[in-house]
Amino acid sequence: MSTGTVSPRVETAPTRLGRLGDAAGSVVLFGAIGLFVIWSALTHPSQFVAGLVVGSVLALGALGLTLIYGVLKFAHFAHGDSMMLAAYLAFFALSGNLVGTRGTDVRLPWSFADLPGATERIWRFSFGYGLLLSIVVAAALSAVILILVDRWVYRPLRQRRAGLAIFAIVSLGVAIAMRSLVLMIWGPTPRFYVSGIRPTLQIPGGPRIPTDQLFIVAAAIVLAAVVYFLLYRTTTGRAMRAMADNPDLARVSGIDTEAVVRTTWLVSGGLIAVAGVLLALQSQLKPELGFILLLPVFAAAILGGIGSPHGALVGGLVVGVVQEVAVAVGPLSPGYKFSIAFVILILVILARPRGLFGA
Amino acid sequence: MTVATAVATQPLLDAVDITAGYGGVDILRGVSIRVQPGEMVAIIGPNGAGKSTLMKALFGLLPVRTGRVLLAGEEITHESPDRLVRRGMCYVPQTDNVFPSLTIRENLEIGGFARDGGRGERMEQVFSLFPVLAERPNERAGRLSGGQRQLLAIARALMLDPQLLLLDEPSASLSPKMVDMVFEKVVEINATGTAILMVEQNARQALSLSHRGYVLAGGENRLEGDARQLLESDEVRRLYLGE
Repeated sequence: MSTGTVSPRVETAPTRLGRLGDAAGSVVLFGAIGLFVIWSALTHPSQFVAGLVVGSVLALGALGLTLIYGVLKFAHFAHGDSMMLAAYLAFFALSGNLVGTRGTDVRLPWSFADLPGATERIWRFSFGYGLLLSIVVAAALSAVILILVDRWVYRPLRQRRAGLAIFAIVSLGVAIAMRSLVLMIWGPTPRFYVSGIRPTLQIPGGPRIPTDQLFIVAAAIVLAAVVYFLLYRTTTGRAMRAMADNPDLARVSGIDTEAVVRTTWLVSGGLIAVAGVLLALQSQLKPELGFILLLPVFAAAILGGIGSPHGALVGGLVVGVVQEVAVAVGPLSPGYKFSIAFVILILVILARPRGLFGA
Repeated sequence: MTVATAVATQPLLDAVDITAGYGGVDILRGVSIRVQPGEMVAIIGPNGAGKSTLMKALFGLLPVRTGRVLLAGEEITHESPDRLVRRGMCYVPQTDNVFPSLTIRENLEIGGFARDGGRGERMEQVFSLFPVLAERPNERAGRLSGGQRQLLAIARALMLDPQLLLLDEPSASLSPKMVDMVFEKVVEINATGTAILMVEQNARQALSLSHRGYVLAGGENRLEGDARQLLESDEVRRLYLGE
């Protein structure tokens, strides 16, 4: 029945060597990454902080990606573009802006920015409560959109037991559809949530940073904590983890697996939306944002070990820091930032494909 | 009086003339199985007899092509597994029957997922039935030995306090000592009133513990009857006990 009865665990020299190579590769790779992160914190504090900010957004994206991978077992290539779409939805809720004919903006008569005092700055941030409301609306809308996409696109494939390659290509198609939709509705020009000068803040004994970055990191921490609570302390979260472990047994145990799938899209939709808005808040909103994000988010999830929530968080921070610092210290131009994520991805896949915390 | 007798003799599980299979091939060709309330029934037979296939068909994991399945008189032929567990029928697969990255406690919580309430109480009862699991409820299931894993798999299925428990080869790939321990537990569970239908390779031991037995061969009923009589029948001894 099993090959184990024929050859009972005789380790051949090549597999032993391979395992040794695997272990050595992991030690070297993760040692090097760890040392680089520590070194950059000490010598390049401002890039290090910038890396943590980007990294916390990547961590949220990777967390959503890893949940989808765990429960649905497919690589969600529309992840970056879902983040971008959610960021545009927040922009729409805040400003009511659409592109009309010939590139002139059409403004709807209602938006959160029209509420009294909605754009008055909270504390030293650049935005008012209107943006916070917009984030909530964007999170709800993107959860609904993802659940509908699942129902109309991915579920029929699941029922037909389609292969991994089919899912990957189809989700790539969804990504392209999302980007085209955004181009049609809001046009190609970059957008901003707020205009004017961004307030900054001096970190005691550290660099001066835009105050908004503090909000980005805090929001990421709060959201990650909420997801952890959900996954490890609630029945719904346990059902999600059970399904990631063994979908057949989850079904046999009486779990309604389609309900768990919907919850997964709901949670990921929320994560995706907040990550997208936070990223657009710190730079600018443009239709290419999603594609640019896809690679570092995948690199983060794979570095941490795809399917592992801890791994996604650590992976996100590491990829953020490494890509920010690497272009600051080396001869590379900042345009190479995203190739750094690609290099990390390739090195991890070569040295330790299951990542830091992968099973 | 007659009504009461009728209720008392109504089988808990009544599978009549089941055909089922994979692709174009019928593995089961008209199998009938009956389990009375509180009874322990063993299904034995050579490899490829369709024993595991029968379990999957009964539990809605494989479509039943013809025939019908009744649970306590109600038709369940095409019910899905998540509905069946709510009707009091639980199933322990032969392999991959625990959630390895979840703790023992979490495995049991998932087992009780379909419960409306009383999950905590039921977990205490299940833990008292399996003291070895209660010793370290926060251990990940993936770190348990094969025997303990099998116990956890059975414990998980008991969380819903089923009327009928389906066990697919509970003794598969266990050491002889562990086999004894697992069978001991199965008898103990049956003594609490839970009816058990199990498929076993270990025919002698399974029959010696059961009330009744069925012998399947080539996807058909070959023999059935009192477990003791089956053990002593010449045909069973010759074919399946190697005597």
